Amino acid sequence: MVKFQKPAWLDNSLVRWVDHRLPVFSFMSHELYEYPTPRNLNYWWNFGSLAGIVLVIMIVTGITLAMHYTPHTDHAFDSVERIMRDVNYGWLIRYIHMNGGSMFFIVVYIHIFRGLYFGSYKAPREILWILGVVILLLMMATAFMGYVLPWGQMSFWGATVITNLFSAIPWGIGDWIVTLLWGGFAVDNPTLNRFFSLHYLLPFLIVGVVVLHIWALHVHGSNNPIGIDTKGEQDVIPFHPYYTIKDMFGLGVFLTFFALFVFFAPNFFGEPDNYIPANSLSTPAHIVPEWYFLPFYAILRAVPDNFIGGWTTEWLGFIIFEAKLAGVLAMFGAIAVLFILPWLDRSPVRSSRFRPMYKWFFWIFLIDCLVLGYVGAKPAEGVFIIIGRVATAWYFIHFLVVIPLLAKFETPKELPKSISEPVLGGGAEPVVAASKAMEKA
Amino acid sequence: MKIIKTLMVAGIFGLVASSSQAAGDAAPAPEHYWKHSGLFGTFDRGALRRGFKVYNEVCSGCHSLRLVAYRNLEDIGFSEAEVKRIAAEREFPSEPNEDGEIENRPGLPSDRFKSPFPNDNAARASNNGALPPDLSLIVKARIGGADYIQALLTGYKDAPTNVTVPEGMNYNEYFAGKLIAMAAPLQEDGVEYADGTKATVKQQAEDVVTFLAWTAEPELEERKRMGVKVILFLLLLTGLVYVVKRRVWAKVH
Repeated sequence: MVKFQKPAWLDNSLVRWVDHRLPVFSFMSHELYEYPTPRNLNYWWNFGSLAGIVLVIMIVTGITLAMHYTPHTDHAFDSVERIMRDVNYGWLIRYIHMNGGSMFFIVVYIHIFRGLYFGSYKAPREILWILGVVILLLMMATAFMGYVLPWGQMSFWGATVITNLFSAIPWGIGDWIVTLLWGGFAVDNPTLNRFFSLHYLLPFLIVGVVVLHIWALHVHGSNNPIGIDTKGEQDVIPFHPYYTIKDMFGLGVFLTFFALFVFFAPNFFGEPDNYIPANSLSTPAHIVPEWYFLPFYAILRAVPDNFIGGWTTEWLGFIIFEAKLAGVLAMFGAIAVLFILPWLDRSPVRSSRFRPMYKWFFWIFLIDCLVLGYVGAKPAEGVFIIIGRVATAWYFIHFLVVIPLLAKFETPKELPKSISEPVLGGGAEPVVAASKAMEKA
Repeated sequence: MKIIKTLMVAGIFGLVASSSQAAGDAAPAPEHYWKHSGLFGTFDRGALRRGFKVYNEVCSGCHSLRLVAYRNLEDIGFSEAEVKRIAAEREFPSEPNEDGEIENRPGLPSDRFKSPFPNDNAARASNNGALPPDLSLIVKARIGGADYIQALLTGYKDAPTNVTVPEGMNYNEYFAGKLIAMAAPLQEDGVEYADGTKATVKQQAEDVVTFLAWTAEPELEERKRMGVKVILFLLLLTGLVYVVKRRVWAKVH
């Protein structure tokens, strides 16, 4: 068993003096040093701290870029190019920020799928999960507005297409929202100005929600690959040094991956069209959002797109809406369904390791999301329309039908008695499986 | 109003579908070897110098290079005196003098490359209505990058018999839609290279594409140099942290 000790620096007289008046040091010691953490966390648990670090990197590089950027339609594109060419290491800061956006989504998507696989959204972590979905929504808004700032062709046309979506909302509300977003009657200078302002603001809101997210996490502590509660000191180890060093190793691997893109393929995730200044008179051949929006873009376009015929449908008898509204609802529904996931999944077993059927459906769902991403990048024509519709249908069937039914019909495997039992070796079959996975950690 | 908006969005989506088909019929650009590609690639200095000559004597008649300053040429081996001479070849409007008049002055190294036309309308008026794009970022702004520009510059051919080429257009199978307003810009021996290199069309294209790859990514060499150091540092650090991690965790396992 590992001993839990208070750090030596808590005995320093100055530290004690401050701590007596404002207990920041005992707070740090409690939450980052002694903080009891399940002893069996695998490397999938690295992505939470990674996401936090990427957020800091984004804020630091973003604030630096804002010192040199001009949010005006006449100067935005050129000011970004000035950063690339004339500002000392401007190219480095901008490429870190640009690729950092993609890295942030890679890390967060892995973090989310980790939660889905190991059932981290289940009681008592529902609010923790919901706060995470709120962070995802804020990230999407921030990323979307950030992509508009360089004022290239994709910035402009992406902003036009996406803001126009809100006009689908009926009763005049949609048009009101769109005018508010634009600050006028088209995407123009007022739009760029407010997007810049909000792009600067939202990351700090994200920081706020991240604090709540970590607060909620620290109430019951991390879930773990076995998904059973910790049952005493033999199941946990202090966060420091065990997980600080493990997170640092993960950070090193991640930064190497990140640096490969920044230094050797900085435009890998970007669209060449965004190096053409925005032009409201010339539509790019193929308007595509950034890769991290592609699955949602595919869902948006999956609803039978009879826009051209002005096709309408009646729903529930009294609400009439166009197909476009249905698409928008489906797209937002794809996120909304995540909010209620803790109540859709009534299975008491968290980890997929003990859910023989859910495990398969998890992988099918992951593939489904990748297919949606692929379809989102393709023009909406031919076979891609069919694939997009099937994949969209499956996305919702997975959450609304499969998951509730599994809770009823699936027979979970026998759960180990405690975390320390499989870790310390011996026992039944699932126990062996768990300890094998641990060897990598 | 709502119908108009619906049609607008439908139009955008429709355009996406149809024009991506149009773009789809262009021949894919063949892969070309560039000295500046790869992890350690650096720009071919001779090609940069020759490429500047091609831009200066051929392309700059129609295409601007407005993001690049004459002083930037010092980064690719031009001497200070050469840069001063090149800049002084063009005239720029001066600041208003004591009487408020604006006169012309010779260019300075700090000036950005002089654009051939005062504005887009003037450029269109001189080019049959087509707008020659600025070339500063062209290599980054086109799918296929340097390979595509190389293919386009060397890809002019006689049109197949079933294609009618309208007046003022030219056939080039690498261009989206295959009809391009720009006439074949490079001619055999169209420029005379100071270093004695034979100025074939292919050679001129390679040189000017290398030059334009530099104008699009002037940081490329510094970026890769720094990248190699950063990656080596990170690998070493990560390796050391891994060893420490193993030792710390030995107590738990």
